[in-house]
Amino acid sequence: MDFPEDLRYTREHEWARKKGDRVVVGITDFAQHQLGDVVYVELPGVGDPVKKGESFGVVESTKAVSELFAPVSGKVVEVNAPLGDAPETLNEDAYGKGWMIAIEPSDPKEVDALMDAKAYRAFVQEQE
Amino acid sequence: MPLRTSLYDTHVRARARVVEFAGWEMPVQYAGILAEHEAVRTRAGLFDVSHMGEVVFRGPKALEALGRVFTNDLSKTRDGQAQYGCLCRESGGIVDDVVVYRRAADDLLVCVNAANRAKDFAWLAGHAGGADVKDESDAWDQLALQGPLAAQVLQRLAKVNLSALGTYRFAPGEVAGVSCLVARTGYTGEDGFELFCQAGRGPALWAALMESGKPEGIAPAGLGARDSLRLEMAYRLYGSDMDDTTTPLEAGLAWVVKLDKGDFVGRDALLEQKEAGVPRKLVGFVLTDPGIPRHGYPVLQDGRKVGEVTSGTRSPSLGTSIGLAYVPTALAAEGSTFAVDIRGRAAAARVVKTPFYTRKQG
Repeated sequence: MDFPEDLRYTREHEWARKKGDRVVVGITDFAQHQLGDVVYVELPGVGDPVKKGESFGVVESTKAVSELFAPVSGKVVEVNAPLGDAPETLNEDAYGKGWMIAIEPSDPKEVDALMDAKAYRAFVQEQE
Repeated sequence: MPLRTSLYDTHVRARARVVEFAGWEMPVQYAGILAEHEAVRTRAGLFDVSHMGEVVFRGPKALEALGRVFTNDLSKTRDGQAQYGCLCRESGGIVDDVVVYRRAADDLLVCVNAANRAKDFAWLAGHAGGADVKDESDAWDQLALQGPLAAQVLQRLAKVNLSALGTYRFAPGEVAGVSCLVARTGYTGEDGFELFCQAGRGPALWAALMESGKPEGIAPAGLGARDSLRLEMAYRLYGSDMDDTTTPLEAGLAWVVKLDKGDFVGRDALLEQKEAGVPRKLVGFVLTDPGIPRHGYPVLQDGRKVGEVTSGTRSPSLGTSIGLAYVPTALAAEGSTFAVDIRGRAAAARVVKTPFYTRKQG
């Protein structure tokens, strides 16, 4: 299981990466492993507002539907559209090509309050 | 405390993800549902289905007695033949869908759904009709070897001439030294076999088949792939697509209801429903908008709920979203359109002919 040091994490297994004035969001390696084969992804549109802790989309495996929760509040400024046709990317490269949305955060400090890699690793170990 | 099949340790060693299903701890997947699905469609997959129940009817009255609680016509079968059908209540509601294996007119094995084992046994024992009815579920392990290369893999180990064993036929015989009932039946739409053996012998049989099937690329397959494979064939799943409140006529199983065979439990209600016309039907549909239909999602027409999705998935073989749903009979014809309420969004759907998937002819 991979827990990159430069990311922040949520209890719902999303990751957040600060990139300039944006926050890029995806699901963790643990999440994709738990889901199994991802076959469908539903993401918001550019310009849509998102609110910390609230659903911004869904990811579906062959068996189940899981909601995606925004790690920070703000506005969606970019969406990884190719995921729509290649949802398996989430299984193959959760922290890279599997990124989902980029958010322009309303409070740039919000991301720093999320778990760091060490805390998230401990959180995952508790779940297992 | 969930039950475990004889193969539990085998699954754990194969790094299966184990989930609780119908009171059993069962493997839902090993390498992944899509890979296992593909293995069964193109090569061979091996399933542990030991959780299925087996109820046996014996004695001179066995054939007649079972025929009185079974919708299909067992008098049309010969020894060594299997037949699919339903057990119905007086109301016509489905107690279970089962496969009957006729070993002899006085010895029939009924393979029942794991979740219904206790209910079915109580029902069947209550309609014994002079037959000796026993729940032998604990006496059997059961493996399903399915896929276009299943026969090739199995023939190497089986002292049964498989080329002489037609679909829905079975024969007793040794497989890798294990005494089995070798049946050409399954739940995937591919050629394949279900192997019934003595409880506890399953792991040895499993190991021998996995070893023998290496050249063919055999893969262990879990309940996840079993579900996507059966749904591509529009095979009904008890508890999802039908239950005690739905009739076989509504569930699209009229082909296993033989109203002219003589009396059986539920016949009067089914005859009446047939004459009056069924109010709703289970149909196969494809989603023409994005999304995946799931069990319990409402079926909408003009914004009103008129039915319900009972099964749905992304078809691994077809790459489309498919499902089964109960809809009013007026909406059941091929080409009819309706919407599926996917978490508040109305997604367009169209009724199609089933099975969704057609087996590649080898």
